[in-house]
Amino acid sequence: MNSNSNSYIFIYSVVMVVIVAAILSTAATVLKPMQLQNVKNEKMSSILASANIESTAENAEELYNKYVVQELVINPEGQIVATYEKGKLAGDIRAFDVNIKTEQFKQKKGEDFVSPLYICQKDGRKYYIIPMLGKGLWGPVWGNIALKEDRNTVVGVIFDHKGETPGLGAEISTSQFEAQFVDKTIFDENGNFVSVTIQKGGAATLPANMQDHAVDAISGGTITSVGVDEMMRSCLNNYVSYFKNQK
Amino acid sequence: MGDQIQQKESLFSAKNRRLITNAIGKDNPITVQVLGICSALAVTAKLEPAIVMSISVLFVLAMGNVVISLLRNTIPQRIRIIVQLVIIAALVILVDQVLKAYAYEVSKQLSVFVGLIITNCIIMGRFEAFAMANKPWPAFLDGIGNSLGYGMILVIVAFFRELLGSGTIFGWNVFEAIGLYDLGYKNNGLMILPPMALITVGIIIWVQRSRNPELIKD
Repeated sequence: MNSNSNSYIFIYSVVMVVIVAAILSTAATVLKPMQLQNVKNEKMSSILASANIESTAENAEELYNKYVVQELVINPEGQIVATYEKGKLAGDIRAFDVNIKTEQFKQKKGEDFVSPLYICQKDGRKYYIIPMLGKGLWGPVWGNIALKEDRNTVVGVIFDHKGETPGLGAEISTSQFEAQFVDKTIFDENGNFVSVTIQKGGAATLPANMQDHAVDAISGGTITSVGVDEMMRSCLNNYVSYFKNQK
Repeated sequence: MGDQIQQKESLFSAKNRRLITNAIGKDNPITVQVLGICSALAVTAKLEPAIVMSISVLFVLAMGNVVISLLRNTIPQRIRIIVQLVIIAALVILVDQVLKAYAYEVSKQLSVFVGLIITNCIIMGRFEAFAMANKPWPAFLDGIGNSLGYGMILVIVAFFRELLGSGTIFGWNVFEAIGLYDLGYKNNGLMILPPMALITVGIIIWVQRSRNPELIKD
């Protein structure tokens, strides 16, 4: 058959595309459970990491079940709408399965939305862990922040990103940057929510009473720093009424 | 017996070995052919992504060259570029899926860079220039050689950019360990930005040309 005839070209491309599609969809289907498990392990690992619990892909699930004693889903008024405890679910949805992206979209449109909250018990101490999601320079940034029992002091944070510039914006996921947040507070002395500001030029340039609520931004990563700052402010804000109700 | 030995010899004959050594040296895809420059800019701010990128390109280029070479007599001339693209894209997606399942950490490192492999001109260049006209084994060697030549430059550039730009190697702080900062040394932030990758590649080209008179054209 003449390999330059139209029918040959048509048949060739159809066969090629079908074969390639079959290979790729088989690969995607076969690998999907492992990929989902990786994503789940990473999420658990990241929740634990904010409370300074080291875990690997292998033991993330085990440690998560051990330390995270309760998962709450709360509404903007600060009421609990669902709890998940020791494998039992009371309410509609487990906090772990709440899609923050969809909830943020609902919030933007002014619809009802919910926020997930994890309660972690480690060495007799109770930590509140809040997941966060925001925008960096090139794509989404996200993270978890763990607060002490006073619901004010930061125990630890963990950040990650989709594709920030290595060496610049990507520095948000380094331990040097994250370590700055430890022992900062998100409420000022009057009990008003102030979040933790990521200050360009350094936290030292702020007035003394603000320095407990601020950390240094990343030089060369201003847009990412601003994105993380906005993410913390808007995500934490959804928990303020819940925290105030608890007092 | 005699046949086997002969075949073994021809597998790594001088001509076949040159497919690898030339691609690393005097036909290097980056420094001599000036291809794949875009990814040399994008992934070389740190060593780790540069190495993972090199390995992924090695897989795609070696496999792609073999597949194209096996199909070379059936591919219709008029749609050969499309066929090549489909094969590159399929291999890149396969790499991405496998990395996501078995090497999740590495796949996060690569994220956007995986897509960049599809647009890497070295791959299509080798398909067009070599695999379309040669048997699978030389095509495989050619793919290995060219991706090694590419990866070598990437790693050299990434080494200097990470060392001078962030003061680290694989994230380990070298300059702090040897106490350079106490002497008043500061990291050169410019090294992290893409233009310095080009200048670093330029310096490598300069060094290579001054050592190899064959490459000097008037």
